[in-house]
Amino acid sequence: MQVTSSVREPLVTGGKSYHDVTHDVSRHVEAKPNIKWFLAFLTSAGVLALGFIAVAATVWEGIGMWGLNKTVGWAWDITNFVWWVGIGHAGTLISAVLLLFRQKWRTSINRAAEAMTIFAVICAAMFPVLHMGRPWLGAYWALPLPNTFGSLWVNFNSPLLWDVFAISTYFSVSLVFWYIGLIPDFATIRDRATGLRKTIYGALSFGWDGAAKSWMRYESVSLILAGLATPLVLSVHTIVSFDFATSVIPGWHTTIFPPYFVAGAIFSGFAMVLTLMIITRKVYNLEDYITIGHIELMNIVIIITGSIVGIAYITEFFIAWYSGVEAEQYAFINRATGPYWWAYWSMMTCNVISPQLFWFKKIRTSIVATFLLSLVVNIGMWFERFVIIVTSLHRDYLPSSWAMFYPTWADVGVYMFTFGLFFTLFFLFAKFFPVINMAEVKSVLKSSSEKVHK
Amino acid sequence: MEKDTHFILGVYDDEDVLLHAVEKVRGTGVKIHEVYSPYPVHGLEHVLGYKRSRLPIAAFLFGMLGTTLALTMQFYMMRFDWPMIIGGKDYAAFPDFIPVSFELTVLLASFGMVAVFMIVSNLKPWAQPRIFDLRSTDDKHVMAIDIANNSAVQVEEIKEILRSSGATEVNNKSFE
Repeated sequence: MQVTSSVREPLVTGGKSYHDVTHDVSRHVEAKPNIKWFLAFLTSAGVLALGFIAVAATVWEGIGMWGLNKTVGWAWDITNFVWWVGIGHAGTLISAVLLLFRQKWRTSINRAAEAMTIFAVICAAMFPVLHMGRPWLGAYWALPLPNTFGSLWVNFNSPLLWDVFAISTYFSVSLVFWYIGLIPDFATIRDRATGLRKTIYGALSFGWDGAAKSWMRYESVSLILAGLATPLVLSVHTIVSFDFATSVIPGWHTTIFPPYFVAGAIFSGFAMVLTLMIITRKVYNLEDYITIGHIELMNIVIIITGSIVGIAYITEFFIAWYSGVEAEQYAFINRATGPYWWAYWSMMTCNVISPQLFWFKKIRTSIVATFLLSLVVNIGMWFERFVIIVTSLHRDYLPSSWAMFYPTWADVGVYMFTFGLFFTLFFLFAKFFPVINMAEVKSVLKSSSEKVHK
Repeated sequence: MEKDTHFILGVYDDEDVLLHAVEKVRGTGVKIHEVYSPYPVHGLEHVLGYKRSRLPIAAFLFGMLGTTLALTMQFYMMRFDWPMIIGGKDYAAFPDFIPVSFELTVLLASFGMVAVFMIVSNLKPWAQPRIFDLRSTDDKHVMAIDIANNSAVQVEEIKEILRSSGATEVNNKSFE
């Protein structure tokens, strides 16, 4: 039994009753989509369709369509891959790590954040798949399948293969975790509906009836899935960072990468959650569920992870100097002062300097400032990956092969395609799925709402 | 159901009232069929006398299976079936096999546990659940009592116990 604290702010404001929670969330699923939704949906579907031209060109002509050259063999593709995977991490952090830490404020944002995780991982997966050049043969290169090329197997010593397992496990487990949470809410919608909607949501709810025994098992499953997803999410970005850290390229060959990448992933993920949630709460009038308190807490996570990332940048520099390895030292001097200095300093400004503004309570509780800074963080984190990848490659061991990377229209188009895909999926989710986990919000309501707590 | 089943339903508004009511009803010797809630009520499984779920054990066993399969697969392929020297490493480069083993452990533990959960809770897209009260997925807790299981107690007496335990409504419900 919960004790209401007179000091703590309630998690849900506006004196909502249990029925209000059901109504406020379900009515968006039940209402006919309005013109604003159609405009937003059609815009993102349009971006998706335009971007598809670049995807088709890449598959048809090969990855020569991209701006890669013999020096810079990895550029936007892997930058976008790491960026999208990183964005996905916030969803799992909110739904799993905060569940283990019993942070009840997560209940009203975990559904949308986890949806974001799943869509972001789909977008991320596009890049390695397209980079295969002939994706239809990809299963032979990525999975240990018996084949007719001899019984040559995939290489289990390669971090790229670990990545295949990490990303696909992460996607499947997140999807299952998300869906288990959706089942009781689909049942709520089913029991409010008639006709075709009742049939569809009835099938989606898997015949959930809310029996105490089912809830007991549901809680058990959620807890174990959270316990599994927590090391999983840490392992995923650790393995992503191994793609670089296990190489011998100056600038990549560092042991600091796993924690540094995980912190960066949470940092960019929370920024994306804020971007999406600020819009969603406004459009759906969910200000009582996603309160300023939620925004402030997420901003605090952003200051912490942003500062960890900042320390990692400085540590890398220090270690490059301290190592005494000239190639390593040059890679870092070149990052900050070479031809890509603007990318380096964009990264520094966006990730290390501007998030420090959140130390001011006025700024971290301001919706406009949070929204703008969340965009800045996402731009900064894209530059971080670009800086790590391209500036470490573009001046290699042989000055005669030094080169610059220039993206082609296909590079831009494929990136646009993933944006279109992400937002199309997110808008579909926001229309047809309950954006807030009703059952979990109800379970924390009593300890946090005046009206219910008599 | 081949024969009709008749239930008495006690409808509760508040989770704390419900917890006391369950204790009280069970104290009088009336057997509760099940309690249906819109959200997980902590402690409800204790007052109903349910044993702890064994799903964590299932997860552990499936996880062990995942580890075993992953390590067996990697050692077989890399050491025995097609040995190759990669990066000057041993054929059986055990540390390199850890990431994939970890991922497959998590994958099998999660999927195995969820599959067991689906089966034991009878969750499937074509399931047709018995809904006692539509509001039990909205804002009411519904305690269902099977009349046939409580032939020793009069129906009216059960209703009176429910009312006195704090039920805001007491209804009848029959399934064919």
